[in-house]
Amino acid sequence: MSRSVGRNVIRKDGAAKASGTASYVDDLTLPGMLHARTVRSTIPCGDIRRIGFDFDAAGFTIVDARDIPGRNLVSLIMDDQPCLADGEVRHVAEPILLLAHEDRERLTEAKVDIEYRPRLAVFDPADSPTVFKTVAIAKGNLDEGFRHADLVVEGEYRTGHQEHLYIEPNGMLAVPEDGGVTVYGSLQCPYYVHRALVVLLGLPEHKVRVVQVETGGGFGGKEDYPSIIAGHACLLALKSGRPVKLIYDRTEDMLATTKRHPSIVRHRTGVTRDGRLTAMDINVLMDGGAYCTLSPVVLSRGCIHATGPYRCHHVRVNGRVVMTNTPPNGAFRGFGAPQTLFAADVHMERIAEALGMNPVRLRERNALRPGDVTATGQTLGPDAAALDVLRAAVARSDFQKKRRACRGTNKGIGLSLFFHGAGFTGSGEVKLKSKASLELTPDGVRILVASTEIGQGQRTVHAQIVADALGVPYESVEVAAADTSLVPDSGPTVASRTTMVVGSLLKQCAVEMRATLGRLSPGAYLQKHGPLVITKQYEAPPGLVWDDETYRGSAYGSYGWACDVIEVERDPVTDEIRPIKVTTAHEIGKALYPLGVRGQIEGGTAQGLGYALIEEVVMRDGAMANAQLTNYIVPTTLDTPPMDVVMLEKPYAHGPYGAKGVGEMPFDGVAPAVVNAIRSLGIDMREIPATPERIVEAPVIRDSGSGIRDRGRDWPGSASRGASGGGRIFRPGRKPGSAAPGRGR
Amino acid sequence: MSSKYRPIAFVLNAKRTSVRVHPMKRLLDVLREDCGLTGTKEGCGEGECGACTVIVNGQAVNSCLVPVAQVAGAKVMTIEGLKGRHRLQRAFAEFGGAQCGICTPGMILAAVALGPHPTLEQVRTGLAGNICRCTGYEGIYRAIRKSEDRSKKK
Repeated sequence: MSRSVGRNVIRKDGAAKASGTASYVDDLTLPGMLHARTVRSTIPCGDIRRIGFDFDAAGFTIVDARDIPGRNLVSLIMDDQPCLADGEVRHVAEPILLLAHEDRERLTEAKVDIEYRPRLAVFDPADSPTVFKTVAIAKGNLDEGFRHADLVVEGEYRTGHQEHLYIEPNGMLAVPEDGGVTVYGSLQCPYYVHRALVVLLGLPEHKVRVVQVETGGGFGGKEDYPSIIAGHACLLALKSGRPVKLIYDRTEDMLATTKRHPSIVRHRTGVTRDGRLTAMDINVLMDGGAYCTLSPVVLSRGCIHATGPYRCHHVRVNGRVVMTNTPPNGAFRGFGAPQTLFAADVHMERIAEALGMNPVRLRERNALRPGDVTATGQTLGPDAAALDVLRAAVARSDFQKKRRACRGTNKGIGLSLFFHGAGFTGSGEVKLKSKASLELTPDGVRILVASTEIGQGQRTVHAQIVADALGVPYESVEVAAADTSLVPDSGPTVASRTTMVVGSLLKQCAVEMRATLGRLSPGAYLQKHGPLVITKQYEAPPGLVWDDETYRGSAYGSYGWACDVIEVERDPVTDEIRPIKVTTAHEIGKALYPLGVRGQIEGGTAQGLGYALIEEVVMRDGAMANAQLTNYIVPTTLDTPPMDVVMLEKPYAHGPYGAKGVGEMPFDGVAPAVVNAIRSLGIDMREIPATPERIVEAPVIRDSGSGIRDRGRDWPGSASRGASGGGRIFRPGRKPGSAAPGRGR
Repeated sequence: MSSKYRPIAFVLNAKRTSVRVHPMKRLLDVLREDCGLTGTKEGCGEGECGACTVIVNGQAVNSCLVPVAQVAGAKVMTIEGLKGRHRLQRAFAEFGGAQCGICTPGMILAAVALGPHPTLEQVRTGLAGNICRCTGYEGIYRAIRKSEDRSKKK
């Protein structure tokens, strides 16, 4: 019996947020509390020669790398990033020194002079000698695939940085407590912070407590960087013996914290004249910034999604992520997939143009279907829904008719087809060994997980799952704070895994608890048998096997599928591209909290529109030159068009009530659909953000749809972009019309 | 505390209030630090995001751009002034108007300042100074519309 799942219950955190009583980290004040400030490098690369203080140090607590009791690093993947620079800096805004004082004004005015010996910085990822990670995916035989091609289409696609712009800037409050420390903060992953603090402070695990307070948006931006801020606040708190609050202002947050990885993706694709992909050769380059942080996993997800949701027997994907002397890039909604899916679907559009083929037909022909095998060798289950979402979005938006009507006007329409693997990549979930617990209370039950509510509705959805599985009202399910002294490590709140993976563990807990209770009410059980806590740990669903060495196997438990149709208008005077309508179809297994799913889709789409059109991080000498909201602009009400959302449900056997992940996917397909709409205006755009400047500079698509008849002709625009940058189409020596062998369908 | 400043008096959430602070102190900080009302949030500190929106004499303003001296004698309303009982507050909680919640107090006050029965175009224009990074604004429109529907039924 389903009582709350699938229903628009009232979200657990709604009333507190709407009334202004929800408490965020900057709302907390403690007696004797100091305010803190981070002194940062002003150069991208060099040695620190001297640090001078030009202020009265009375009442100040000052911390540098020598004050670190444990190891000076931010423990994550490669352990290459110091918590405080020690002798050298690798990027602008790298933390060097920490100050705390009870008077904020004196803190701001304190003058610190740092002398550097600059070294040559690397800004262009193509020139970087330092590689953080390479990925190679291979399937079939690329040469054979190209032999079966009637046409080869090449191209290069570029994406820029993107700032998360959660509206609440980062912040932490650290409190020294009996030989240890408690830190309250704005964060996504309490146990990431916990692990980093244990290493940094050299404290036993039980002496470090991390508590998430209400968090004003994350989007990946509060996945890894909070470990650094928490470290800084704790160092100051332990040295001063007083509570220390460290809150970033907007400019500092934009200058110092992580961004989305910029990318350059090259495609070389073989296709038959009737539009079947015969070979895909893809090269991915990402700019990781100065330290490794999460770059290896971002690259990994990017490469796995690089083919787009298309089937092809002969595939090669080579990727690398490199070091540059810019602030480290990190997690951001989509996590590498938006970059490669942008390239994949703009490239598909160019293939359709080259073949003179309808873009819907080309995608229909190649879309992954149930039973198809992905580039990593994963056989898709019955919930593979690429065709369903494509057809739903095309019909709902009246794409074909509108496409004809747009011709010759300043209006364009484009579409994108995309997918997103939910949960950690490859063996990630197995290694995480996530746990979730359920505790019986006199009136119902309490959820104990380290998953965090960051606006996405975690508390609500988890409570729905437990309520139904246990057979109690939604209202009687409490959700404990994500406090490491209370909750088990459920893994990080990232990767669209909170509903699908952690939710599934909670469902197992609830099912077992229901059986344990039998006919007893919670109150009666507690009286008779005493406390009851049930904990479940992740186990991979049967058949889910992955090999990290070869990149073969099931990359994800399941994929969500989606199609965006986006209509745009070109301003004839300013050359601005304005989105005027979005239609999107998302297949997400099961919408447990439909209003929440809709919110994720609409919000992710708006963020994607910013990425595609207006959000430009201007890097100058390794620093963000527009680190403020006046000139780093994000979509407002006036930049965000009406959205028509279609939700499809093809249940995933191992998701709670069939649910898959949904948090990231809505972002993935926006930029390619926007750029494909721009292409329909005859503008050869292959880069985002598609600002008016880029619109003006982009070559014109002279005559689309004639590539296949026009033997050996250069693709329009290749001359102005250069051979490697532009992409071109040529025909290998092969008889036209012969069917490519080896195709399943 | 600091008697070196002369009192600045204004009406805060329908109650007479007086603070002795530097007259150029931002209204945002006065509300949060001196009046203990932390429902008003700081998102950017430069008047771009609208998270710190309060209503001064009926108009929505960014409290990060207002020196407290400017509200001497004025009527100031913060989210706390709605006491959690305004129909927009209920609708934001119920219909997807709030996700992470940090823009929500400012967004609700900006919507209140639009007056009764705004059209969608008036809402779009009136909320253009309030950035929400979570909802894509559709949930906010939905909440405002539902709240209107309810008020009409009454």
